Amino acid sequence: MSWFKRVKHGILTKTQDKKPTPDGLWYKCKECKEPTSTKEFELNLWVCPKCNNHGRIGSREYFNILFDEGKFKELDANLTSGDPLKFEDTKPYPQRLESSKKKSGLNDAVRTAIGKINGLKVSMAVMDFAFIGGSMGSVVGEKISRAIDAAIEHKIPMIIISKSGGARMMEAAFSLMQMAKTSAKLALLDEAKIPYISILTDPTTGGITASFAMLGDINIAEPKALIGFAGPRIIKETIGKDLPEGFQRSEFLQEKGFLDFIVERKDLKDKLHEVLSIFGVHKRTA
Amino acid sequence: MTIFCFNSIRFILLPPQVRWLMAVLLDFEKPLEELIEQLEKAQATHAKGRVDMSDTVAQLTKKINNERKNLYKDLTGWQKVQISRHPERPYTLDYINAITKNFVELHGDRNVGDDKAMIGGLAKIDNHNVMIIGQQKGRNTKERQYRNFGMPNPEGYRKAKRLMKMAEKFDMPVICLIDTPGAFPGLEAEERGQGEAIAKNLMVMATLKVPIICVVIGEGASGGALGIGVGDRVLMLENSWYSVISPENCSTILWRSWDYKEKAADVLSLTSDKMLKNKLIDGIIPEPLGGAHNDPEMMFKTLKAELKKNIKELCELGSKKLVNARIKKFSKMGSFSDSA
Ligand SMILES: [Zn+2]
Repeated sequence: MSWFKRVKHGILTKTQDKKPTPDGLWYKCKECKEPTSTKEFELNLWVCPKCNNHGRIGSREYFNILFDEGKFKELDANLTSGDPLKFEDTKPYPQRLESSKKKSGLNDAVRTAIGKINGLKVSMAVMDFAFIGGSMGSVVGEKISRAIDAAIEHKIPMIIISKSGGARMMEAAFSLMQMAKTSAKLALLDEAKIPYISILTDPTTGGITASFAMLGDINIAEPKALIGFAGPRIIKETIGKDLPEGFQRSEFLQEKGFLDFIVERKDLKDKLHEVLSIFGVHKRTA
Repeated sequence: MTIFCFNSIRFILLPPQVRWLMAVLLDFEKPLEELIEQLEKAQATHAKGRVDMSDTVAQLTKKINNERKNLYKDLTGWQKVQISRHPERPYTLDYINAITKNFVELHGDRNVGDDKAMIGGLAKIDNHNVMIIGQQKGRNTKERQYRNFGMPNPEGYRKAKRLMKMAEKFDMPVICLIDTPGAFPGLEAEERGQGEAIAKNLMVMATLKVPIICVVIGEGASGGALGIGVGDRVLMLENSWYSVISPENCSTILWRSWDYKEKAADVLSLTSDKMLKNKLIDGIIPEPLGGAHNDPEMMFKTLKAELKKNIKELCELGSKKLVNARIKKFSKMGSFSDSA
């Protein structure tokens, strides 16, 4: 095999393993507005074949893309949120949770699992934007904390894929403290010298950026993802000016020194494996 | 609170205290306005020396105190938010100057600059050497701008982190006084990694090997507050607030208008009593009647005693125990169930 030829393996799951999409449906790209058949879109890992815009996907898709044969052992799947503050805005929080569960088929905004990436065992948490904007409440904090515990216990790398609007207001200070909680767990992971790779995807903002998303040994992002602490609208209001082109996008963050690299979704699995192999994880966990 | 009801009497004896009593009245304190005016008149007459008004003065003082007790008996969340932002409320440097000796302010993050919204330095609280850090607000327009309204940039959080690591090296307890409407949401703040700066502090504080005592002295807004808020003891002054968002911003997001800030303050459960009930903080420090600004000397004394007590307790624990307990405490925070 010639030295420059890269063999792609394990990236594309067999079509029959994925959620079936009826033929004849079209996806209109949010960026270039061009239509793609949903089938083609899915085969292209939900990336627009015309402009390379990375569409928003959730835990189901990432688990499928990253875990060998799409197989994994899910952790704490049944953890559901309480309503500690009896929070009510336009509707009571428990009602909001119920309708979100129904609509998304998820129990909260993160799913955690143990699986293999090209044979390397990892603990992985993936956020779901479809569940109340991927906001972090008690369940997100707890599940991520437990997934980190599992990484420490089994001495396997931790990977978190962030995709979130930030804190979950309906849990107020409970939500805020999840930042401290997950960061504290990452400090323990750090002391155990176990690698943590943070993958930031569109969008990663607020309390997520100000906690686990920015704490990776390696921070990587998908192309053109919105990543920031304050939202663009608030910054615009604060400074009273339009924001520069590309502000708070992955490329901008890499330029400013906060990302190690940007990776396209089709290369994500191999890149993760490559990095983890160099860290020598396969030897230590063998 | 009934413990500190002598402040108005002190004001009769000590004229400078008038400033504190006559401080800006908050809207819910309006019922006091007329009584205070009467009291002023009576005192003025008395001061001229022709008529003995001491009985009237005593009566009015008692009346004002009773009325104040009444007003402060059952404060709403929004009223406490107002007290926490009272323009005369003591700020971080006021506490440092009143409580500590030999304060040596330390500047800069050794990278980008010195953040005026986050201050810190070495100090002595009686015989305890401490590192004391906090957000700083300004009193007048010029000062407020200089202090960026108490909203730190990433350099502020990185300065705080530097000082905490120094405290760890020299085995000193860290005291963090929290008073911020939030981390600054500016363009440069984003460029220099506001999120990363706060995140790193959370991680560093979680495993810092010296005692950390955090006190919310005014406003505790979101990640900007938590960025110096991971401690062995997290305490709140009675009339401070602490949450993930300010009531105004919460109102804007949930109801598309600032008009529901009272309701937002209520649903956010941001007051000290509710935060303690939800086990998200470790204790409440009582304020003098009428709020910290109404009797700052008393407030300084109370906080100092509280800090000394906690320093003593925490210094007796070894660093390993300390860190384990700290992480365990934060790990327990949350509300969830494990049933499908
Ligand atoms: Zn496109």
